[in-house]
Amino acid sequence: SNSVRSDSHQFVFSADIISTVEFNYSGELLATGDKGGRVVIFQHEQESKNRPHLRGEYNVYSTFQSHEPEFDYLKSLEIEEKINKIRWLPQQNAAHFLLSTNDKTIKLWKISERDKRAEGYNLKDEDGRLRDPFRITSLRVPVLMPMDLMVEASPRRIFANAHTYHINSISVNSDHETYLSADDLRINLWHLEITDRSFNIVDIKPANMEELTEVITAAECHPHQCNVFVYSSSKGTIRLCDMRAAALCDRHSKFFEEPEDPSSRSFFSEIISSISDVKFSHSGRYMMTRDYLSVKVWDLNMENRPVETYQVHEYLRSKLCSLYENDCIFDKFECCWNGSDSAIMTGSYNNFFRMFDRNTRRDITLEASRESSKPRATLKPRKVSTGGKRKKDEISVDSLDFNKKILHTAWHPKDNVIAVAATNNLYIFQDKIN
Amino acid sequence: MFPKGTKRKFSDSGEEAVSSGDQGPASPSVAARTLSSSYSLQRQSLLDMSLIKLQLCHMLVEPNLCRSVLIANTVRQIQEEMTQDGTWQIMTQALAAAQCPTDRLVATEVLCRQTDAAAQAGQSPKPYSVVGVEEGYHSEEVVMEGDVETDVTMSTLSPVSPQLSSASYLAGPFGMGPCWEEEEEDGECEEEEEEDSEECVSEGEEGDGDHLSADSRTGEQVFGTFEIKHPAPPPDPALEELFSDVDPSYYDLDTVLTGMQSAPKMGPYDLLDSLSSHGPTALSSSSSCRSDLNELDHIMEIIVGS
Repeated sequence: SNSVRSDSHQFVFSADIISTVEFNYSGELLATGDKGGRVVIFQHEQESKNRPHLRGEYNVYSTFQSHEPEFDYLKSLEIEEKINKIRWLPQQNAAHFLLSTNDKTIKLWKISERDKRAEGYNLKDEDGRLRDPFRITSLRVPVLMPMDLMVEASPRRIFANAHTYHINSISVNSDHETYLSADDLRINLWHLEITDRSFNIVDIKPANMEELTEVITAAECHPHQCNVFVYSSSKGTIRLCDMRAAALCDRHSKFFEEPEDPSSRSFFSEIISSISDVKFSHSGRYMMTRDYLSVKVWDLNMENRPVETYQVHEYLRSKLCSLYENDCIFDKFECCWNGSDSAIMTGSYNNFFRMFDRNTRRDITLEASRESSKPRATLKPRKVSTGGKRKKDEISVDSLDFNKKILHTAWHPKDNVIAVAATNNLYIFQDKIN
Repeated sequence: MFPKGTKRKFSDSGEEAVSSGDQGPASPSVAARTLSSSYSLQRQSLLDMSLIKLQLCHMLVEPNLCRSVLIANTVRQIQEEMTQDGTWQIMTQALAAAQCPTDRLVATEVLCRQTDAAAQAGQSPKPYSVVGVEEGYHSEEVVMEGDVETDVTMSTLSPVSPQLSSASYLAGPFGMGPCWEEEEEDGECEEEEEEDSEECVSEGEEGDGDHLSADSRTGEQVFGTFEIKHPAPPPDPALEELFSDVDPSYYDLDTVLTGMQSAPKMGPYDLLDSLSSHGPTALSSSSSCRSDLNELDHIMEIIVGS
């Protein structure tokens, strides 16, 4: 086995850093966005008939440049091309559609296949050059000939100029016609066909910006009720809103907040309570929130506390000062459900990621790194030692590499296949089929 | 992100850390905290660090609003707590006392101790900044006569203050250092490649002093809403002694606010808002800071007669 540990000072082209990962509705496609504004889509290949015990692999299907860096001349500031989020639309025909967004602009991309080409045109020859009309003596019907598969991505809509602040979330509505986009202070509702206007449905910007103490951190549409959405805040609260109640959803229908434990109060309490991600369960009955140290599952019918709380890396609680100093305390981790809502997953440091089984209450820590991920090899559970004595194979808290953070993970909507983004590398893990 | 000059190693003295959420024994009462100098030092270190983080000297990309709001809220909490246990008032009182002519000797003695330290460090004694609390009130530093713009003292303070601040970090008046865990690996402290690079590049200098003067300016920019209460009657000299190592002007946010006259008086989120929607940018405010420094140097030359 490879006994050389990876160098924690590896240099990485920052443009290659993966900034979002998302499976489509069937799980056949997996999209990643990176800091350089590119989107790479992987496609699941059919299982080989020769080796039916292995699932097919994911291979690159399409790569395109979604966003370019822009310069805001009015404010003399650059607008990053980094893709903050990708969300797929449900598939309605042969083509695939996805929304990708950077800090300011959302784009609707159409990804379509071309595997046939028409040959035998009358007015132009095979090179594409126009034929001299006077030389055409007979007419023929063009014939469709097979060609090498070509996957084309084309921008179909550009939704721009609607966000003053940085977009942190986009979410497709269950009506498949509208979607919402959220920045630090506002949430807008769009129609997929209309790019020149959007409805502002939430606005928490105070009249006097000096009074600003809370921002929107994430937002999501309910998976089944097209009038319901939630948004989370930097103070650890979640608001559920009903768009039927009012045009401007400044007043929430439900307000979710867990009372603070006074014995653990510190100067960092608010920061670590800030919610970095919110996700509805597939069933629509629950939602999950991620704050700095934990993942919480909420029953939508109970606002005063979560029904389940899972500690991701509680051993960091005594290190909050250092993590504040090096800014790691502001890292925004995402979380995700598996297809049956029986398990949840989220990332941590040192390329570790955590999975929790909601039924058995078992949890596991795994590592996404080259050394521990030989193809077809089983991942070995990892453990961080918190006490004085470090057992063999355990890693101490002080040895953790805080540059290796897993912020983005995705779970296949049906199968036990997960995608884990570790800086500039994408890992895809799957269950062995017995 | 975190200016290299201010990176510190801390020894674990076993005291309670500001950050530790899971205190073993019962948390200290407010009264006990007042007496705990290490807690006060840690709290002030946290305040310093937060102010540094809020430096809005981004050259290219807009700052992360969520992060800025969380840091500003942290500073507010610290300020509230310091106000409640009297620490904040004590500092402002120390300032006010230093301005009274009758107290000049006391203040001078206190201040000169710092100046001596600076002289030992190889720097020529510079006038010490003592600035007024009330808005619009500016006074020259204690040992000199005549009114000069506060701006003067702010710039000349720069080389001196890092000695003080580092003194307060490394060994407080009671000889205890703040007890944060050491930074174990370089990897932990590496700056992120994200847009949050906040070195005050426009200042153009690497010295700690410039960082601190930028901090002061940041305090002004960010805390327009934090108003210092007017000081009470003359303070207890013993309390002054307690905070003699603290650079008062640095923490007097309202003073800082009024000190930089040429910078427009904006609240914290005015600046953030202007970055994101319209109006002046971080670049322009930092360039005005730079011209201030040149002007101050010029004035200093005249005064010192060099």
